[in-house]
Amino acid sequence: MLLTITTTHRPATDLGFLLHKHPGRAQAFDLAFGRAHVFYPEASEERCTAALLLEIAPIGLVRGRQGSGEGAILEQYVSDRPYVASSFMSVAIAQVYGTALNGRCSARPELASARIPLEATVAALPSRGGEQMLRRLFEPLGYTVGVRGRMLDERFPEWGGSPYHTLTLESERRLSELLTHLYVLVPVLDDQKHYWVGQEEIEKLLRRGEGWLADHPARDLIVSRYLKRQRGLAREAIRRLAGEEEGDPDASAEARDEEESRVEERVGLHEQRLGTVLSVLRQSGARRVLDLGCGEGRLIQLLLRDRSFTEIVGMDVSHAALERAGERLHLDRLPPSDRKRVKLIHGSLAYRDRRLSGYDAAAVVEVIEHLDPYRLSAFERALFEAARPRTVVLTTPNIEYNVRWETLPAGRFRHRDHRFEWSRREFREWSAGVAERHGYSVRYLPVGPEDPEVGPPTQMAVFSLGREVG
Amino acid sequence: MKITIPELCLVVLVGPSGAGKSTFARRHFRPTEVLSSDFCRGLVSDDENDQAATGDAFDVLHYIAGKRLARGRLTVVDATNVQPEARSPLVALARERYVLPVAIVLDLPQRLCHERNRERPDRDFGPAVIERQSRQLRRSARGLEREGFRYVYRLSTPEEVEAVELVRQPLWNNLRHEHGPFDVIGDVHGCFAELVALLRELGYEVKVPGGEGEYSARHPEGRKAVFLGDLVDRGPDTPSVLRLVMATARSGDALCVPGNHDVKLARKLRGRDVRITHGLAESLEQLARESEGFRAEVAEFIEGLVSHYVLDDGKLVVAHAGMREEMQGRSSPRVRDFALYGETTGETDEFGLPVRYDWASEYRGRAVVVYGHTPAPEPEWVNGTINIDTGCVFGGRLTALRWPERELVSVQAERTYARPVRPLAPDAATGPGPRPAEDLPDLQDVLGKRLIATALMGNLTVREENATAALEVMSRFAVDPRWLIYLPPTMSPSETSREPDLLEHPSDAFRYYRNEGVPVVVCEEKHMGSRAVLVVCRDERVARERFGVEDGSTGICYTRTGRRFFEDAALEAELLARVRAALDACGLWKELGTDWACLDCELMPWSAKAQQLLRGQYAAVGAASQLGLSAAVQALERAVARGVDAEELLERTRRRQEMATRYVEAYRRYCWPVGSIRDLRLAPFHLLATEGRVHADKDHEWHLRTLAAICREDPDLLIQTPHRRVDVTDEASQRESMTWWEELTGRGGEGIVVKPLEFVVRGRRGPVQPALKSRSREYLRIIYGPEYTAPENLARLRSRSLGRKRSLALREFELGVEALGRFVRREPLHRVHECVFGVLALESEPVDPRL
Repeated sequence: MLLTITTTHRPATDLGFLLHKHPGRAQAFDLAFGRAHVFYPEASEERCTAALLLEIAPIGLVRGRQGSGEGAILEQYVSDRPYVASSFMSVAIAQVYGTALNGRCSARPELASARIPLEATVAALPSRGGEQMLRRLFEPLGYTVGVRGRMLDERFPEWGGSPYHTLTLESERRLSELLTHLYVLVPVLDDQKHYWVGQEEIEKLLRRGEGWLADHPARDLIVSRYLKRQRGLAREAIRRLAGEEEGDPDASAEARDEEESRVEERVGLHEQRLGTVLSVLRQSGARRVLDLGCGEGRLIQLLLRDRSFTEIVGMDVSHAALERAGERLHLDRLPPSDRKRVKLIHGSLAYRDRRLSGYDAAAVVEVIEHLDPYRLSAFERALFEAARPRTVVLTTPNIEYNVRWETLPAGRFRHRDHRFEWSRREFREWSAGVAERHGYSVRYLPVGPEDPEVGPPTQMAVFSLGREVG
Repeated sequence: MKITIPELCLVVLVGPSGAGKSTFARRHFRPTEVLSSDFCRGLVSDDENDQAATGDAFDVLHYIAGKRLARGRLTVVDATNVQPEARSPLVALARERYVLPVAIVLDLPQRLCHERNRERPDRDFGPAVIERQSRQLRRSARGLEREGFRYVYRLSTPEEVEAVELVRQPLWNNLRHEHGPFDVIGDVHGCFAELVALLRELGYEVKVPGGEGEYSARHPEGRKAVFLGDLVDRGPDTPSVLRLVMATARSGDALCVPGNHDVKLARKLRGRDVRITHGLAESLEQLARESEGFRAEVAEFIEGLVSHYVLDDGKLVVAHAGMREEMQGRSSPRVRDFALYGETTGETDEFGLPVRYDWASEYRGRAVVVYGHTPAPEPEWVNGTINIDTGCVFGGRLTALRWPERELVSVQAERTYARPVRPLAPDAATGPGPRPAEDLPDLQDVLGKRLIATALMGNLTVREENATAALEVMSRFAVDPRWLIYLPPTMSPSETSREPDLLEHPSDAFRYYRNEGVPVVVCEEKHMGSRAVLVVCRDERVARERFGVEDGSTGICYTRTGRRFFEDAALEAELLARVRAALDACGLWKELGTDWACLDCELMPWSAKAQQLLRGQYAAVGAASQLGLSAAVQALERAVARGVDAEELLERTRRRQEMATRYVEAYRRYCWPVGSIRDLRLAPFHLLATEGRVHADKDHEWHLRTLAAICREDPDLLIQTPHRRVDVTDEASQRESMTWWEELTGRGGEGIVVKPLEFVVRGRRGPVQPALKSRSREYLRIIYGPEYTAPENLARLRSRSLGRKRSLALREFELGVEALGRFVRREPLHRVHECVFGVLALESEPVDPRL
């Protein structure tokens, strides 16, 4: 990876003093992860360019950290890290250009605090968010931004563009400012870090961000990406399984969830859905309830606030979701009287599960559309035949309503993981069949604004064990 | 005094301190059979006499006793047990585990107890304690039977205690030593003509003299008939049925368990007040014509029947209405009730009949359970249980199951003798009848730490965290479990080569097999695509009947993690149709006597499935390396041009750029756009299984030869796998194949797979790797990164350890073969699923992914 800094300040070779590196020599510095080289491709009175080149040992990258390599995933070996600008570059800037980064220069102190014409080029800068993100981060800081993209593979144009860009920043300013911006924003663009992020990173960000970060329009994004959190061990195991078929199930699941909530957010549909579920559960008189497919535990949070629910069991097939639910519910800090009311279990609705027997009610909120249609019969038996709660509250999207979402392209489901979405008639046919086969009665409730033509955005069925009462 | 107890029971010793309970227990029972309250007090408090620990000590004692009884171990409770409230939890425990509680009371003179205690320094309590205990004992001792103890023995002198002879009696239902062969016959209900016809069909010589004459049925090969009860009611000739069954049971030619109808009849014959419904009237009327003596004989016979039998070393259980695993071989009123009536949910259906609890769908026992009781149009296997009541009296058939052959034999009813309340077969008027009992895997079949018994390697362990990871992938992404009868194992590379610029070379694979005592191997070209497993059925009917898949599909193509290979259903259907046509054309169906086949294949191009990986990973690294390195080379060239001393760095960077280019070339070889099936290539290399057979008993040349015949039928799609047979004890043979490897990898091939000639081989110390791969130098760039061939990198990469990978490869291989074995033996779905799930779980074990 390569960072070049050019100035046309006269004499341009003063850049050597500012960077504390002689323009006539090539110098090398040993760093923890490889070597950094500084050399000058050009150095004249009019124009001087300093190049910072990193040689990262690709094999050491993994070996150094994990010892044996057992348990790593393939991407750590076939890796873009040796070639791109990443958090390694920030470390190199701090260590090789440290005095310039801090705005000091003993030989030319006035130059260090002077605004001079500068041009920086970063080759192979990965940008999650593409050119738009590059501009969003640097333009508010007053740079003239030049971006050149690259294809993934010119042999296969259908594969599209790569995430790598060559970035050029032009501006008249102090060198320390330019280096500081690169120091903070390069890892933010890349959105990966080569070290674990801890408390000290927060201090570092506050120090380096002084004077510019607070007013930056993309401040929240910068902060959240800079302080990237590590993932749980269980998630790593799932990632290993995903293999060649899917990159990172977590990342893509999050992205998809975002997408769905964007589609639905304007009506606060999720809140209305949970509210309706809560009403139905209260009305049923249930005390011991299941939340099947509980996800991150939003419904559980509501149920916990109502003491009439004495036992709340949340189940999900995603271990990662359960971890997040545990955090969201602050399970480790709940008072004992609440703690014993709630339990999170890992399970799957494709299997019969004895732990689910004997409950008053089950909520199955926006879950069935994530099951492949051939799993519906197993789901039906696992819930209505084996677990057999007195009440089942089940919601799923009404596909007819999709035409009312402006942001949803025609013919698409609301969420990329949806395996199907049903019309009102399809849902009612299925629900009536389930009720008939298992001795339940069923009624339906609309959730969200009911459209006279296409119905409500979410449809709900409430199943009650036994024949119709009243 | 002789004390007789059942071989499995809960023995409760009752007596005050010092009565000699522990001494008695030591003399008559194994130390592990005896649970003493003193010992448990010590366990929880370090002090056997700490009375404050009594509550906790009994919790522990009850817990251990419960576990022992659940496992079918006789258990003795050595505690004073002088108060009813101390004994009642023990009686409850015995009931819960379906065993009989037995009380042995040591009611010895107080003086003696007190003397004995005085001799023991740790028992310093005074005579008052013993006096109180004796009082409590006397007050309640007479009610022991009422408390629920089935057998009560009282010993009141040291001499009596001394003279005890304890006899353990086998349970009546334990006929494990009887190996048959058996013919298990379903509900007869007075259908005598059909019973005789069925017995003759089964090969019995049946004598029917009529009237009071001597009835008999005997099989020339010594087979034994087993009647599942409900001999009586509804049908035309209940007395003759009873005569024949009673005679054969007496002569040892048959066994019989009681049905609910039989028991009700016996109660009526004994003068009890029962409701005359469900066909009892017919029996009574027919029996009224018989002698008083015969009626008494019938009642006595029925009363003497044992609720169920465990036969053939525990492999077969027979009972009228079925038998849960935890009740098998037990005896208690609840076991008897279950055997007679089954279990109901407490609800009633639209015909007013009780809704039966579907115990069979939860059944996970190893014994096959054969039962009747509920008429169904067809006998159907569910989790190793089968209901063979095919409603003869309702105009259906009388059915027998031959054991151990598992064949069904039946005769049609001569006519309809009675009308069922609920129709037997579904018809348009009443909608769907009883739902076909479909097998639903239970979470307990897959989650938690698992021990899976395999035929080849014994028990294999799957760790809990791996099962956890697999559950999500299996539930969210895998294909229908009914199709998923196999998952392929991972494969280890050969040992790291000692050649200076190579990591892998076939000679190391040859040496491995030679050292394991395998003289002949087969080298197959390794196709670089994605692993694909194909299940191909001859038609929709086979998919429905053999696989239980009813959505109209006729096969499937899935990946090594059990996902559907194609998102495009039409493309999958087209591929399956082409393969099916090739199978039709080459006559494989007939040759192997099968209607379906499971093939292990590689599907090309790689880019067809690995799009995301290629774009997100391989092409991305290629783009990044070319972009980053070319900018670096340009900058360095300018610096060197102006005289900066950076030539060495420039040279090194140019070499890196060159390696990056070769890396891009390496992955491009395995990519081409897929517009239609014309762009796909399928290379099958194992014909894994067909009906009744797992072809792990054939060598790899058979597999390749058989598959070649299929491939020749459609050479545009199907690719034969080039291969060589190599004698690893012969230099020339090995050299020849190494030249082939060089040629092949020189052309850009991925490499070769070396397999022992036989599919399954045991080596010096156990099973041998089923295959080893030797991959090409350029291919490994995709695995180890663009610059792995730089000498300093190669040196570091050589120290790779293969142990874990090999252990995984073996375990996954065994589980895969086991899964197929269970499927072809028609074991229940959850038994197949357990193995396949195990493979997926093992795949999540951490192992160096580059191997």
